[in-house]
Amino acid sequence: MSNKTHITTNINGEEVQFLCEPHQSLLEVLRETLGLMGTKEGCNNGNCGSCNIILDGALANSCLVLAVEIQGRSVTTIEGIATSEGLHPLQQKFIEHAALQCGYCTPGFIVAGKALLDQNPNPSEQEVREWLAGNLCRCTGYDRIVRAVMDAAKS
Amino acid sequence: MQSFDYIAPKSAEEVIALLANKNGDALILCGGTDLLVQLREGRRKAGLVIDVKHIPELTQITFDPQNGLRIGAAASCHEICSNPNVNKYYPGLVDGVHLIGGVQIQNRASVGGNLCNASPAADAIPALIVHEATCNITGPNGSRVLPVEEFCIAPGKNALQSGELLASITVPAPQEKFGAHYLRFIPRNEMDIAVVGAGASVILDDEGKRFVSARIALGAVAPTPLLASDAGAFLAGKAVTRENIKEAARIAQSMAKPITDLRGTAEHRKHLCAVLVERALEKAIERAGGQHVQ
Repeated sequence: MSNKTHITTNINGEEVQFLCEPHQSLLEVLRETLGLMGTKEGCNNGNCGSCNIILDGALANSCLVLAVEIQGRSVTTIEGIATSEGLHPLQQKFIEHAALQCGYCTPGFIVAGKALLDQNPNPSEQEVREWLAGNLCRCTGYDRIVRAVMDAAKS
Repeated sequence: MQSFDYIAPKSAEEVIALLANKNGDALILCGGTDLLVQLREGRRKAGLVIDVKHIPELTQITFDPQNGLRIGAAASCHEICSNPNVNKYYPGLVDGVHLIGGVQIQNRASVGGNLCNASPAADAIPALIVHEATCNITGPNGSRVLPVEEFCIAPGKNALQSGELLASITVPAPQEKFGAHYLRFIPRNEMDIAVVGAGASVILDDEGKRFVSARIALGAVAPTPLLASDAGAFLAGKAVTRENIKEAARIAQSMAKPITDLRGTAEHRKHLCAVLVERALEKAIERAGGQHVQ
């Protein structure tokens, strides 16, 4: 039985409206209703950080947010990180440092890194490592990711 | 995920009416970091999910020096840990709350949810117990207050009766010469579930050389977070010495009834109880401005 709710929200700076069922996660709606495929589904239980988004300035796992919860809120996804002028410094530094291999976790790391640099533009390595503890990467061993975030903070 | 209806009421009264109307077929949503996972996995079922994050009483954190701290049950861990009064007066509470998940989880998860989820290994609960925190419960028959150590009754089960809501948690005002600490053992640096957790609080005499009272609580060594009351009672009136601290830790250890599971053996957990209680006490004594008597 369909029980759809009409949601008006702001995603990546633009007003967006959609219909969703109350049990649908924000992750599911981003990918399957809105076609924003940059946000990845990893564990779907809040452990891996692949589905990271920024919700009203705060980093969150979109798999653990119901889509109905974002009525009237503001969401940033990986698609909202680059500007018309080009890549965000974090994205550029991920390329320069080869901070990815398979790339699946990368959107989540970049969104997490942006949330960090937005509130702490000059983090210590320890702060970067602690901040990224909620993101899993099975390829890089994390060092290159940490270096990319530190380097992006400098630039 | 199984389908359900969603509602975000603006008052606790509306929640109580909805809970009564649904007669057990409704669940309370705060950060969703436990609930949504459990709904997705079919471990819990509900026809209605009630989001309580739009109710000021359930999200506010208020402090005054006489009445202490009141934490709305749905206030996020991040809001609690970044609150200046909580940091200044309740660092032992921050020790526990800050350990719940990474940044993403801290931004969403609530201490009320940590309590209601009633995990034996919940990091916030031993810290709340040693602070003598109480649960403010509201329901169809009015309000009641329950000490935190009585709130969890079995793994995943809490003391809420049908139709009741955990509205907030009260932590008493800080006293002179009070200090508290919580720590846990995990095999990694962060993002794990406690193998054992230990909290301690002390009130010392004016000179900081004698215990006026103490409370010790353990996590992940019993079906519920455990107040080791005998261990705290032992310290009352005793001098602050290495021997007395070790004896209190030994008493707390003897009260633990751990099991062997994938996170650790019962034997390892027993060992950790003594080590962690000793360390929790030492830090609590330091925060209370105490000093060892030779």
